[in-house]
Amino acid sequence: MTAIVQFENVGLRYGLDSETLSDVSFTLHGGGFYFLTGASGAGKTSLLKLLYLAQRPNRGVIRLFGEDVVTLPRKRLPGFRRRIGVVFQDFRLVPHLSAYDNIALPLRVAGMEESEVDAPVSEMLNWVGLGDRGQARPATLSGGEQQRVAIARAVIARPEILVADEPTGNVDSDMASRLLTLFEALNRLGTTIVVATHDLPLMGQVTGAQMMRLDKGRLADPTGALRYPPRPAGGGG
Amino acid sequence: MSGRTDRRAAAAARHRLLPEGRVAGPMPWIIAIMMFLTVLAAAAGLGLGAAVRSMSADLAGRATVQIVEADAEARERLGARAVQALRGAAGVASVKAVDPAALSDQLRPWLGEDATSGDLPIPALIDVTLTAGEADAKVRHLRRLLSGLSPKIRVEPHAAFLLPLAGLLSALGWLAVGIVLLMALATGAVVVLAARGAHDSHRGTIEVLHLMGATDVQIARLFQRRIALDAMLGSLLGFVVAACVILLLGARLIATGSELLGAVHLPWSGWVVLVVLPVGGALLAMLAARWTVLRSLGRLL
Ligand SMILES: Nc1ncnc2c1ncn2[C@@H]1O[C@H](COP(=O)(O)OP(=O)(O)OP(=O)(O)O)[C@@H](O)[C@H]1O
Ligand SMILES: [Mg+2]
Repeated sequence: MTAIVQFENVGLRYGLDSETLSDVSFTLHGGGFYFLTGASGAGKTSLLKLLYLAQRPNRGVIRLFGEDVVTLPRKRLPGFRRRIGVVFQDFRLVPHLSAYDNIALPLRVAGMEESEVDAPVSEMLNWVGLGDRGQARPATLSGGEQQRVAIARAVIARPEILVADEPTGNVDSDMASRLLTLFEALNRLGTTIVVATHDLPLMGQVTGAQMMRLDKGRLADPTGALRYPPRPAGGGG
Repeated sequence: MSGRTDRRAAAAARHRLLPEGRVAGPMPWIIAIMMFLTVLAAAAGLGLGAAVRSMSADLAGRATVQIVEADAEARERLGARAVQALRGAAGVASVKAVDPAALSDQLRPWLGEDATSGDLPIPALIDVTLTAGEADAKVRHLRRLLSGLSPKIRVEPHAAFLLPLAGLLSALGWLAVGIVLLMALATGAVVVLAARGAHDSHRGTIEVLHLMGATDVQIARLFQRRIALDAMLGSLLGFVVAACVILLLGARLIATGSELLGAVHLPWSGWVVLVVLPVGGALLAMLAARWTVLRSLGRLL
């Protein structure tokens, strides 16, 4: 397994406050399934922001796909971002675009021919159970439906890493299970999955997933990702 | 990533990524007003410039020789000799004695029938066109030459009494050029403000696109195209109204029948320059929008 994400002694500080993240070191392997957990305010979203290149750390090294992205020239970052799909904690759907066009965004950003956009977007809409809501604006969708649009948008361009921040926060446990099944299916296709969640039972559903726990900005196991649930020997961080 | 991919992406997404309709609020109207004033100022500058040029060409290069001799016969003789001398003189392009009958005709409304009776001494006039170049020295030369013939011969360069007027028109022309430049500056500033406003009100969308891996140029293109279109509409409106005003004013100028005011006209080349203004305005708007959005995006990681 190749290391796809490496954090080394990463520290993040917003403004003049004390560090939100301190001495965070871990390695994620390509094709792995990782949960990130921790109390509210522990720094889960902050860590994911560093991962999906929305934020620079104040110290430490972050390597994505083997390259140090902290010192990378700014104009090379879009190429890295296109390899990462993100489900934001607050969805961040574009309000004036339909569910369909929101999901199509990553394909259009990547420059896909308009004629090639329709098939994958329609398929994705069906996959998240919104086949008949494609033309609806986000404001007219329920919280759970918006979340599914956000997930569909994150995975449509077949990213190598999928980062999801509380992706099941707004859906019932049934839908949560279905979404998790969807993530597992993607994981089997080779996508590395990183999910931040409070939902312990949910984590139990994915066999072979690993868990990282943040406690006040520090990883509970500073040597690397913890196992959850424990898995037989071999592999892992 | 290739520029082609980039352009294709922008083309596919341009109608979808930003909300339909105006992005820039009152900007098109402000630009219309500014373009209206710019075109008027430019037209004034061009018209005055053309007037100054034609005046200089017409007047600086011409002089009238007057022969102030009461005796008609002597006047005629002196006139003939003056014409002779002028024909051979350096710096003279052409010489034409004004027909005394024509002169009398012109004077009749002022002097009555006396003008033709021959009782009233009317000076003989000779129109002299000078060769191109510095007129003052040539006029001095002609004065020396003709004063040798008779002290009754006077040389009046045309530019002399029109020079202050030409200077005034020229100054007004430059003022107009200055106004055009200031207007361009103000247009740029308005567009920067509009682009900043548009950028701010779509900050969420922009951030999402940015995090999906859209390049700065891709995002800027969305705005610059929209703002250029808005600016184009505004410019066109301002231009059309200004053109109507110019045509009406031109008609009024000609209606005055004044040769002086009539010289202030807009040549065809001037219209070409005026048409370039709205196009240039839209282009300026596009560049200002692009620059503004790229600068704001540069603040994101
Ligand atoms: N942009 C910001 N500016 C300043 N402080 C911030 C910013 N974002 C987060 N913080 C602070 O950093 C800390 C960690 O926040 P973060 O959002 O990473 O927590 P979290 O683990 O995702 O919490 P939750 O489970 O509630 O989503 C919090 O104390 C928060 O107030
Ligand atoms: Mg969070």
